[in-house]
Amino acid sequence: MHIPDGFIDLPTSLAFMGISAVGVGVALKGAKSELSDKTAPLAGLATVFIFAAQMINFPVAAGTSGHLLGGALAAVLIGPWAATLSITIVLILQALLFADGGLTAIGLNVFNLSLVGVWVSYAMFTVVKKLLPKGKGAIPIAAFIAALVQVPIAASSFVFQYAIGSVATIPVSTVFAAMFSTHVLIGIGEAFITSLTISAVLATRADLVYGYRGQGKQLEIRQMVNRDSI
Amino acid sequence: MKEFLKNKFLLAGILVSIFVAGFLSFYASSSPDGLEKVAEDKGFLDTAQESANSGSVLADYGVAGIDNERLSVGLSGLIGVVVTLVLSLVIFKSLARKK
Repeated sequence: MHIPDGFIDLPTSLAFMGISAVGVGVALKGAKSELSDKTAPLAGLATVFIFAAQMINFPVAAGTSGHLLGGALAAVLIGPWAATLSITIVLILQALLFADGGLTAIGLNVFNLSLVGVWVSYAMFTVVKKLLPKGKGAIPIAAFIAALVQVPIAASSFVFQYAIGSVATIPVSTVFAAMFSTHVLIGIGEAFITSLTISAVLATRADLVYGYRGQGKQLEIRQMVNRDSI
Repeated sequence: MKEFLKNKFLLAGILVSIFVAGFLSFYASSSPDGLEKVAEDKGFLDTAQESANSGSVLADYGVAGIDNERLSVGLSGLIGVVVTLVLSLVIFKSLARKK
């Protein structure tokens, strides 16, 4: 879902570039407290994996494909601040190196995928995780739902931009109906890739999963400390 | 970069990414993605403009001058993996250090 140049007029594109720049600036600060020497390489790996996975367009309906956006995957694996930066790095490299997504549209794309995509996913993940019984099994389920929801919301975010500054005159409601229904389907693919990837990481190195922090070994240690103090 | 050779998990992750971008990418669906399809169906695809760098060496995930499609896509994916890894490690490591 990389917006090319021309769909959205220049003033709107520039305004979103400003908003996105502020958002990424805040994320740079947030990521400082989130990252450590141990997790920084993992954030790099997550970014590389999302770049690679985005090259795989999967068919969703007749003549339509979709690919991973990665917001939910990154948010659960490395935390929302680093995830915001991760998706932004991918989008900037794709636009600069591969002409995938327009150059003036970078702000629009970062807004939809790095800001809206990541933070909607993270909020959804947090809420669903709280509703589920504690444990490892809850993480891929919560991530599945976060990923599922993320895609049509990011698509709606594009429609929001379209409503503000579309160059075409097709009615917003028409574009919204088509974007939303198509991206519900793509969201199913996103959900499966996200939860399978997170399950694989949980099975090998659960200690590295941000969304599982404080629920694994750390919790056991805390209980032992309590017992000693009694 | 050294940690990616020492740490099994990181190494495995990079190898998977190289496999996906360098090999599996050739088999990706070539149908338009959701946004492009909607733009086409609803009639606003023609408002899209060529990116200013659409003539770049790696434009559209291929290496200019390499005619073999499999090699062209795979190599562009591989270059993407390396550039993404280097850039993201520089950024994330410097953020982790600055505390």
